[in-house]
Amino acid sequence: MPPVCWKFIKLHENLAPWVPVVGLEIHAQITSNSKLFSGSQVQFAAPPNSLVSFFDASLPGTLPVLNRRCVEAAVMTGLALNCTINKKSLFDRKHYFYADLPAGYQITQQRVPIAVNGSLSYSLCIDNKMSQMVTKTVRIKQIQLEQDSGKSLHDDARSQTLVDLNRAGVGLMEVVMEPDMCCGEEAAAAVRELQLILQTLGSSQAIMAEGQLRVDANVSVHHPGEPYGVRTEVKNINSIRFLTKAVDYEIQRQIKELENGGTVVNETRAFDSKLGCTVPMRDKEGKQDYRFMPEPNLPPLILYDAKSLPANVNHQQVVNIDWIHERLPDLPSVKRAKLVELYGILPEHSFTLVNEDGLMEFFEDVVKRTQMKPKKVIGWILSDLLSHLKQHSLTANESPISSFLLADLLNLLENGDISSSAAKQVFEELWKGEGKTPLEIVKEKQLELIQDQEELEQICQAVIDEREKEVMAIKEGNKKVINKLIGLVRKATRGRANPLLVKQILEKKLSE
Amino acid sequence: MTPRNRFRWRVMRVLALCRWLRGGTVRALRLGAAAASSAPPSQDSVTVEVLDHLERLALVDFRDAEGVERLREAVRFAERLREVNTEGIEPLDSVLEDRCLYLREDDVTEGNCTAELLKNAREKVEEYFVAPPGNIPLPELEERDTFLKGS
Repeated sequence: MPPVCWKFIKLHENLAPWVPVVGLEIHAQITSNSKLFSGSQVQFAAPPNSLVSFFDASLPGTLPVLNRRCVEAAVMTGLALNCTINKKSLFDRKHYFYADLPAGYQITQQRVPIAVNGSLSYSLCIDNKMSQMVTKTVRIKQIQLEQDSGKSLHDDARSQTLVDLNRAGVGLMEVVMEPDMCCGEEAAAAVRELQLILQTLGSSQAIMAEGQLRVDANVSVHHPGEPYGVRTEVKNINSIRFLTKAVDYEIQRQIKELENGGTVVNETRAFDSKLGCTVPMRDKEGKQDYRFMPEPNLPPLILYDAKSLPANVNHQQVVNIDWIHERLPDLPSVKRAKLVELYGILPEHSFTLVNEDGLMEFFEDVVKRTQMKPKKVIGWILSDLLSHLKQHSLTANESPISSFLLADLLNLLENGDISSSAAKQVFEELWKGEGKTPLEIVKEKQLELIQDQEELEQICQAVIDEREKEVMAIKEGNKKVINKLIGLVRKATRGRANPLLVKQILEKKLSE
Repeated sequence: MTPRNRFRWRVMRVLALCRWLRGGTVRALRLGAAAASSAPPSQDSVTVEVLDHLERLALVDFRDAEGVERLREAVRFAERLREVNTEGIEPLDSVLEDRCLYLREDDVTEGNCTAELLKNAREKVEEYFVAPPGNIPLPELEERDTFLKGS
């Protein structure tokens, strides 16, 4: 029974609640030099049909030869997702006709895949506030190795399809998730976490925009206590944002359909990103019969561990699960926990640091170079830096302010040379990327804090003299008005006065 | 291929067909039902619907009664294997099961033969293969000119 999604209970309080059920099938392209069963190159955007071997084109007399790197990538991913690795797995043929599948079948692992029964933990924020994060888990049914198909370019004008086989035969890992999710947000969070894990492992770069990570969603709804409803499959989802939209749209569509007395058809639908809705896909001829059969050209794939490793065998021919396990890098969840422990920041902060490309390294760099406490640095990273990066669609690596420069600025602030409002001004200047150092900008714009006590007292006195009304109010007991005076002093000094010191001076003068 | 291997190959193919006819479960040689040693019901399984389905899926053409009978023969031939008691025995999926699956190093050794590959294409557009706009499904039984209509 999937967890009941809080969102939907809230939305449909007056009607019998619907329980949406979302399962995902994710195809991740394996990062390797050559393809799964042949020696042609794996590369994005190459001249059409230039990365195709005779086997990929399915010419007679060719045979598949398994790529060791692809096996290792699948084992790494299985281990990272807490799966049981099947020491013996089998390959099968899945038959269907399509122009971009020259053999007429795809070699996959339907019966006994390489990894089964894992889990993926992910976090999401309740109520859109970063303050409350909840951890959820989705079960991984299996991970299997399979071939990718080629690419079809539809030329409707000339009523033809152009086929490029560069992608045909590239290794894929299909990750099948159980239907434990209940809304678009959960699906998106799970996919994002999987993406981070794959990128950390290096088994896939998982860039959705380049088709390295493809997600199909299976969606259905039912009333609590009743059996699962009919499900539809949603394809053509090209980004994580679209995944949320597509799943939520489909859930609403099914609910509306059922509440109007209609039925949900077991079909495949495509997500139209321009219209923000799902539409039935035309080219599907009813329920497909794939006529699965064992791949006769490939014996079973045997993997070993430290115990079962045969004594006198060629190491190149052996994949050792334990060896791979020992060399797994820190997964995102471990990275986050370490950040919290090492720097004393909040879990929500560590989440953003790991989630944004390069931000964690940037933060750690700054912390190394500055005396400011990490808890204060994080504020600058997450509010000032990140908001600017997002505005200009830049990653941390592309930031016009390097970690050196930011650390310099924060040191000036920490040493008491400038006020925090002056620091923000310097930040804006630095963002222009004109090559000036923080110190140069401070001198240029004369933003140093006034250290001369007498000068400060003079300015404070001037403000007190000007503002009789406010002075009266304070003397009568309305203490809060002093903030207005502090503000005026700040304006008069153009942010160069230490607000605490100003408050002290004003209070002393007013009590005289 | 030696005659022995050719035999094995044919058995593999027909076993796969039998498995598919039984509903695609991996029980090729296992005795699930009591139908083990009784007369194999091949007459029942090779129906017009199945033949039409096969023609559509595999784009074969049974052409005439002889073609259909050949299929029935093959199914009968393979079903004789069910006379063997295979209780508690792992099914044979591959005659290569005692061989080691060779693992290749991840090096680029092939490709870059666009011109050669396109030599086989009847039509091409700027180094792309040309195909019809989508799958053209086989027409329904009633609309097809096929021997199966008569049965």
